[in-house]
Amino acid sequence: MARIGVFLCYCGTNIGGVVNIPRVAEAAKAMPEVVFVQDNKYTCSEPGQLEIRNAIVDNSLDRVVIGCCSPRMHEKTYRKAVESAGLNPYLLEIANLREHCSWVHGDDKERATSKAIELVKMAVAKVSRHESLFPKEVPVTKRALVIGGGVAGIQAALDIANSGYEVVLVEKQPTIGGRMSQLDKTFPTLDCSACILTPKMVDVAQHPNIRLITCAQVSKIKGFVGNFEIDILRRAKKVDETICTGCGVCMTKCLVRTPSEFDLGMRDRSAIYIPFPQAIPLKAVIDTEHCGHFQYLKARQEGKDVPDCNICQQTCPAEAVRYEEEDEIITERFGAIVVATGFKTFDHSAYGEFGSGRYPDVISSLQLERLMSASGPTSGEILRPSDKTHPKTVVFVSCVGSRDDNKGRSYCSKICCMYMAKQSIMLKEHDPDVQSYIFYIDIRAGGKDFDEFAQRAQDEYGVLYLRGRISKIVQDGKKLIVYGEDSLLGHPVQIPADMVVLATGVEPNDGAPELAQILNVSYDTHNFFVEAHPKLRPVETQTDGIFLAGCAVGPRDIPESVAHGSAAAVKVTALFSRDTLTTDPMVSTIDQMRCVGCLACAEVCPFNAIEPQVLRDGRVVASVNESLCKGCGLCVATCRSGCANLKGFTLQQLLAEVNSLWR
Amino acid sequence: MPGAYAYYPGCTQESSAKEYGESTKLVCEELGIELHEIDGWTCCGASSAHTTNHLLSVALPTRDLQAAQEMDMPVAVICAMCYSRLKYASHELRDPKTLALVNEVIEKDFQNTTQVLHLLEILDKERIPVRKSLKRLKVVCYYGCILARPKKVTQFDDEENPQIMDRLVSNLGATSIDWGFKTECCGASLTLSRRDLVRDLSHRVLVAAKQAGADCIVVACPMCHSNLDMQQEGIAQQHGDQADMPIIYFTQLVGLSLGLSTEQLMFDRHFVDPRPMLREKGVI
Amino acid sequence: MTTTTVTPSVSREFLLEVQQQSQQNILRCYQCGKCSAGCPLAYAMDLSPRRVMRAVQLGLADYVLGCTSIWICVSCETCSVRCPREIDIARVMESLRMISIDKGFSPAEKEVETFHRVFLDVIEKRGRAFETELVASYSMGGLGTLKTSIANISLLPGMISKGKMALAPPNASGVDEVKKIFAKVREIEQRKTSGGSE
Repeated sequence: MARIGVFLCYCGTNIGGVVNIPRVAEAAKAMPEVVFVQDNKYTCSEPGQLEIRNAIVDNSLDRVVIGCCSPRMHEKTYRKAVESAGLNPYLLEIANLREHCSWVHGDDKERATSKAIELVKMAVAKVSRHESLFPKEVPVTKRALVIGGGVAGIQAALDIANSGYEVVLVEKQPTIGGRMSQLDKTFPTLDCSACILTPKMVDVAQHPNIRLITCAQVSKIKGFVGNFEIDILRRAKKVDETICTGCGVCMTKCLVRTPSEFDLGMRDRSAIYIPFPQAIPLKAVIDTEHCGHFQYLKARQEGKDVPDCNICQQTCPAEAVRYEEEDEIITERFGAIVVATGFKTFDHSAYGEFGSGRYPDVISSLQLERLMSASGPTSGEILRPSDKTHPKTVVFVSCVGSRDDNKGRSYCSKICCMYMAKQSIMLKEHDPDVQSYIFYIDIRAGGKDFDEFAQRAQDEYGVLYLRGRISKIVQDGKKLIVYGEDSLLGHPVQIPADMVVLATGVEPNDGAPELAQILNVSYDTHNFFVEAHPKLRPVETQTDGIFLAGCAVGPRDIPESVAHGSAAAVKVTALFSRDTLTTDPMVSTIDQMRCVGCLACAEVCPFNAIEPQVLRDGRVVASVNESLCKGCGLCVATCRSGCANLKGFTLQQLLAEVNSLWR
Repeated sequence: MPGAYAYYPGCTQESSAKEYGESTKLVCEELGIELHEIDGWTCCGASSAHTTNHLLSVALPTRDLQAAQEMDMPVAVICAMCYSRLKYASHELRDPKTLALVNEVIEKDFQNTTQVLHLLEILDKERIPVRKSLKRLKVVCYYGCILARPKKVTQFDDEENPQIMDRLVSNLGATSIDWGFKTECCGASLTLSRRDLVRDLSHRVLVAAKQAGADCIVVACPMCHSNLDMQQEGIAQQHGDQADMPIIYFTQLVGLSLGLSTEQLMFDRHFVDPRPMLREKGVI
Repeated sequence: MTTTTVTPSVSREFLLEVQQQSQQNILRCYQCGKCSAGCPLAYAMDLSPRRVMRAVQLGLADYVLGCTSIWICVSCETCSVRCPREIDIARVMESLRMISIDKGFSPAEKEVETFHRVFLDVIEKRGRAFETELVASYSMGGLGTLKTSIANISLLPGMISKGKMALAPPNASGVDEVKKIFAKVREIEQRKTSGGSE
C-alpha cells in the first residue's frame, strides 16, 4: 500500500474563487491510499513548499499529488520540494486545477468542483503506480558548429571562440560576410557597411579557435545535445586553398564571363573567381558550371568536340588549381549547433505588373546597394542599367513581396521602410538633382533613432512620400511610367521616372527547409525557422542543443542580428560550462522479451531515437537511445504488440487514471 | 491535332463582328478543325447580367454549357467576353450547392465537366501551314482585360504578360512587339452609355500601340475591336490626334497567312481599312 | 465636407450585407490603394475603389450606394487580380450595384444602369443580343440622355453601311428556355426577399 499525500492550492482566487477546495479536500480524504490532505493559499510559495516537505517527513508519505496550476508552470519547483524531503522527485503527480478547470469553467462553480475532484482522483490513481526514475549523465563535447557566415553567424562564432571553445563555421558560399557585405551604408547612422563588417570577417579568419569551411553545408546529423555527429559536405573548389594566395591572376586570364552573384548580375565575373576583394577566405574558386575546362569534359563525355581550356592552371603563379579535386564529406563531433542561414531578397519577377524583370531600369533594392557601393559595378556612381545615365527621378516601391497574400508573403519584412529612407537620402547625397518618391503603405520605423531618420529623409532631403501601393509600371520610351494612387489625396497619380527601385522583401535562404529537416527542427509556412518560444526562448529550438540566430528566424536588421548571434553564443557557452548533461528519464522503453522486431516504432519516431538491436539469440528487436528520446509517445501508440511504454506515463498508469473515473 | 468542338459563336458574330465569325470558320476549315455550332445557343449575359444579378449571370452561360454537354465535345469560344462568362460559370459551379441551384433554374442536369477553350488555346496546339509569310508586319497583341484574368478562373495564360497570341503571330512570321498595354481595359460595355470614357481608355491603347511602333493591333475580342476600330474617328475628335491604326482579329491574320483573300476575310467591314497598310507591307 | 457619425450597429449591418452578397471579407482591406492605382477608370469616379472599400468598412451605405464609381466600374478585374489581400473587388462592386438597385437608390450613372436593363430586356425577349434593337431602344426610347442618344444614333448609318448592323432579329431556338430562366431567377429572388428561407 502506498502512502499518498494530497496538497491542494487555492492559487489566491485563481482556483479557490471557482473550485470549492474544502470539498475537494474532503473527497480526497476518502480516496484509496490517501493518508494525508492539506490545502494552502499558495502552494508554490516558500512556506507552501516547506509544508509539503514537512508533511512528507512527518507522515512518512511515499507519493505526492498536488492540485494546482499547470505542470508547465511549477512541476520543477515541486519536484525539488519532494526531493528535499528525501523522496524520488518523479513520485509526484500534478492535477491541473487551474488551466484545465477553474480558468475554463468559471461560469459553473458546482461542476468545476466535481471536475476538480475527478482530476485529483485520476492523479491519485496514477501516482500510486509511479516508480522512482533516475536521470542519466552524459558528457558534453565542447565544440560548436555555426551554420552560416553572415553577420549573425560571425558574431556567434566570435563570441563562442572568445569564451575559449572551438568553433567550426560552415558557409555555403565561397566567402563569409553574407548580405551585409553587399550593402553600401547602414541605417540610421550611415556607417559604411563594409568598414564595420570586414574587420569582423578578418577576426574570424585569424581566430585560433575558429575553423572556417566555405562552399560547404551540413548533410547529415546524428546524436543529441552535447554529442552531435555532423557530416559536412564540402564542395570541391578545384583550387587548393592552402596554396592559393588570392593574387587574382587567374581571374584576369579566364576567358569566361558570367553574371556575378555578389553584384546581382550588374557586373560579370570570370569562371574562376573571388566574389569580392575583401572576401574571407581570399581564395579563388572555380564555378564548374561555366568553366571552359569542365564544359570540355562534359562535352567529351557526350561525344562532342569542344576545345579544352586550362589557362588558369597554366598561369597560376602558385600552381594551386586542382581540376581533379572532388567533393568531400567531413565528419566532426559537436556539442551544440547555431543555425544562422540568413535571408535572400524576394524575386520580383513574380510581379508581372512591374514588368517581371523585363525593364532594365526597374531594379531591386539590393541592386541599388551595389550601384551605390564604391566597390560596386559602377564604382559608386549611380548609373541606370539601360543607358548608363544618371537617373534624376527615382521611384521607390515598398512591400514588393511583403504584406502581399497574392504572392504568398503575408508578413512585413521589417527592414524595407528604413533602407528606403537610407537609399533615398544616399541618392540625394550622391546627386543633389535627384528627386526620390517613395510609395509606402505604412512607414514602419520602430527602433532607436529610426523615425527621426525617416523624417529627415522627408524634411531635410526632400524625399516625397506617397501613401499607396503602385499597380503598374509601363516602359514609355526612356521613361518608366509608374501608376499609383496618392491615397491621402484620394487621386490616381502617375510618375514618369528614370529608375524604379523595388523594395524587395526578406525571405529565408534557399535550402532552409531542407536543413531544418536534416536537423529535425521546425520551420513555418514561409520556411523561417521556429523558435522554442517566440517571447521567452527566442534563440532556442525545440531540439536541445540547436540554437538560432539572425534572419533565418524572421526579418530583422543588423543590430538585432548581431544581438541574436551573441544571445545564441551565450546559450552555447552556458551549455559548455558543464562537463556533463542530465537527461530526462521520462523516455520510452521497449519490452524486448515481447518485441517482434517490426520496427514500426523506429519509422514513426521523429527523433530517430529507436534503432534495431540484434540480441544474442539473433533476434532483432527495437532499442531506445534514451539520450535522443523526447518522450513523445508516438512509438507507444504505434506498437502493435504493446511492448513500448513511456516512463512516467505507462499504459498501466494511464489506464489506472481512466479506471478511477468509473469507481 | 485538329479536333471537333462545340462552337459557341456569341451574339456579335451575327452583326458587328461578322468578320471575326467568318474568318474563324474559314481558318478552321483550312486547318481541319471541326466547329459544330451549338444548336439554339443563347446569350451568355455578357457584362449586363453579372452587373445586376449574380444567379442570372451564372445561369445564362450554364444553359449553353449544358447544350454542349449533350454534344460531348469541348466548347470553342472566340469572344473574350463570352469566354470569360462561360469560364466563370464553370468556376462557380464547382460548388455543389450553386450547381444544384443553377440546375433548378435551367431545369437541366448539368454535370460541369464540359471544357471551355478559347480559339487561341486551340490554335496554340496547331501547326499552321504558313503559305504567305507576314514577315514585314510589326504588330502589338492586345488581349484586353478579361481574356487572361482572373487566372484562377480562366487558367488561360500569364495574367500580366500573356504570350499565347504573341506566339501565334510570331509563328505566322510577323513581329510581335512587347508593350505595356496588353491587358489594359478598352472601356468595354460603356460604349453606349459613357462613350467619353471608352474613348479615353481606347485612346490610351492606340497611343501606346503607335509609340511601340506597331503597324496594327491584333485583337481577340469583338468588344475591343468595336471600341478601338469603330470609335477611332470619335477618339480623334475627342483627343485631337488621329491614330489611323488598323485593328485586326487574329483569325484574320491567320487567314492572310493561309492565303485567304481580303474579301473572304471581310476587311471591307473595318472602319479603319487595314488594306493600304497590308499592301504597303507586302502582305496582300 | 461633413462630419460622419460612425456607430457600431448601423455600420455592422451594411458591412455584413455586402460581405454576404459578395462572399468577400472586406475587413481584410488595409487600404493600400493598389486597386485604385491600377483601375483604368478611377479618374472618372467620384470615389476611388479604395474609398469605396473604406466606406463599406465604416458602413456608410448612403455614401457608397449613391456614388458613381459602382456604375463606372466595368468589371475588368484589374483590381481583383492584383489585390494583395486577395479581395475580389470587382465582385464587391457588382454586389454594391445589386444592393443599390434593391434598395431603390437612383443610380448615379443613370445611362449605365439603363443600358444594362435594356440589354437584359433584349436577351429575355430574343435569347440573343440583337445589337440593332439594343441601340435603337436604348437611344430612341428616351432612356438615355438626349446627348448620348444623339451620339449613338449618329453611329447607326456608318454601322449599317459597313454591314455591322443586322436588320433581321436573331433566331435563337433556345429563346423559350431563356425566358424560363429569367422567370425562375425572379421567382427565387422573390422567395429570398419575402423572407422565406431556402
